[in-house]
Amino acid sequence: MWQYILKRLLLMIPTLFGAAILIFFLLRLIPGDVCELKMAGAGLYVDQEQIDICRTNLGLEQPMIIQFWDFVSGFVTFDLGTSMWTGKAITYEIALRFELSLQVAIMATLTAVLIAIPLGTISAVRQNTWIDYFVRAFSIAGIAIPSFWLGIMIILGLLIFTQAWFGTPWMPPIEYTPIWVDPWANLSQLIWPAVATGWRYSAVATRMTRSALLEVLREDYIRTARAKGLMEKLIINRHALKNSMLPVVTVLGIEFAFLMGGLVVTEQVFNLNGLGKLFVESVLNQDFTLTQALVMLVVTIAVFTNFVVDICYAWLDPRIRYA
Amino acid sequence: MVTTSEVRVEAQFEELADKRPFWSVVGEFARKQPLGSFGMGIVVLMIFASAFATILSPYDPEANAFEHMLTPPNLQFLLGTDQFGRDILTRIIYGARTALFVGFTAAFIGATVGLVLGVASAFFGGRFDLIFQRIMDVLMAFPLIILALAVVSIFGTGIQNVIIAITIPFIPRCARVVRSQALAIREIPYIDAARANGFSNARIIMRHMVPNVMAPFLIMLTAFVGQAILLEASLSYLGLGVQEPIPAWGLMLQGGAEEYVESAPWVAIWPGVAISLAVFGFNLFGDAVRDTLDPKLRSQ
Repeated sequence: MWQYILKRLLLMIPTLFGAAILIFFLLRLIPGDVCELKMAGAGLYVDQEQIDICRTNLGLEQPMIIQFWDFVSGFVTFDLGTSMWTGKAITYEIALRFELSLQVAIMATLTAVLIAIPLGTISAVRQNTWIDYFVRAFSIAGIAIPSFWLGIMIILGLLIFTQAWFGTPWMPPIEYTPIWVDPWANLSQLIWPAVATGWRYSAVATRMTRSALLEVLREDYIRTARAKGLMEKLIINRHALKNSMLPVVTVLGIEFAFLMGGLVVTEQVFNLNGLGKLFVESVLNQDFTLTQALVMLVVTIAVFTNFVVDICYAWLDPRIRYA
Repeated sequence: MVTTSEVRVEAQFEELADKRPFWSVVGEFARKQPLGSFGMGIVVLMIFASAFATILSPYDPEANAFEHMLTPPNLQFLLGTDQFGRDILTRIIYGARTALFVGFTAAFIGATVGLVLGVASAFFGGRFDLIFQRIMDVLMAFPLIILALAVVSIFGTGIQNVIIAITIPFIPRCARVVRSQALAIREIPYIDAARANGFSNARIIMRHMVPNVMAPFLIMLTAFVGQAILLEASLSYLGLGVQEPIPAWGLMLQGGAEEYVESAPWVAIWPGVAISLAVFGFNLFGDAVRDTLDPKLRSQ
């Protein structure tokens, strides 16, 4: 077991290194750079000299290999440096948005779990009945409906509903309020994106719950439980569901990692200032240092989640033996 | 050389096609796979719409007509018009072409490259396999949207670059599934027999291994089409995908959806319905394909 953990930990290094190489060179293939964009944005007349000064200040004049070394050694020592665009510390830029993204991700996960486990269970228990077909259609619809469009529809629905009910149209607030300052304002803003992404998220988990439960329900020990006359409710809740949760937790973990940086489109619709938006801005601004740091953050979260999930597998299911 | 699952599938099809009237065969399929046949209906409808777009709609999907700007749905414009006066129904019908083109191309290229790489990785094994797996790990963990943003920033926007951006993340996903199947096949004696006959590696991979991993390949392929349509819509919505004036569903939402959501909701509603229905249809169809091809998942 310890050997396996060590091996998995070591295997994370080449993946992270590969991601670092990929993002480093991808960014430098993009024509133009942050200095040109900055000057162009300012709308002033710029001479080449100023651009050169800016490049030298940011270290863009240095050979690629040195820039790459700076980036990797900075990442390894947790010194992420400063954003090329704003000049502020990258940890500050990320911390500013991390809270919001984390909260949306947690709320979406909660929504997903609350939908997925009951629906997946009923769908598996009543396999091939109309309830099963309905649940499957519902979850496939969750995957099919683009969450950005769902977001627009939620806003439209809210507008029409509040107009008809209270006489004045109401929209979720645009300013972010931390939950401990004003929980009501906070929730009334963030509940909608959480629901819009939660449905899609729940769809994946529902399908996983269903298929995992179906597999477990065919096991011998379920037949034994039935044979000794146990109540069906107990069989499902205590014997079957518990043993089918492993793949579901996996899916939840992987999706959660994705949510931390992948909500670009949803954040756009709801005008949220989260990590996804920062991602897009940093690429469009050609802010190399910030983009690199963000990509490495997301890749690290993803790789680490995978690692934790695999370890949990081995831990929870004694049948799995890793060589 | 066929696997047992293929034999079973063929037997099922023969059973279905057993000299019965066409409609009774369709009825049988609909009874066995009600969701799948509904999905297939949507897929057929989309193909029909894109094939006969010019006949189905009297309007031009790209020409502006400012005299009809933001007309609500009426008998002349069944779903209303957008902010440039273009008929929304027409753009949705033509948009099916874009969606199908991007969906099929990206899914086919992504799945095929994944197939070949996955089988090769399993066949050669050893160091090649190890390095290849690490590369796939990187691509899997890498955020898709950043890949797409980078591709678009480097090559510019446009349909072919959208396809590149969508195809890249499909490759590792297909390769991984195919590889695990191919690892099992590699141990079967007929591969040894082929080697003993002195066949080249390329021949063994293409003629002996690839045909035997067709089931997971087809499952991934059908699943990818829906995903590709959804990804294209998302990228176009962000302004990174298909560009005006080409009719594409995601792009139609980018133009005015948020701006006109109050004053002209039809601009925001219908393209989204089209995306959802299309992806819904392809996913249902893909699920039915998986149920038919994967003997483990097939219910009794």
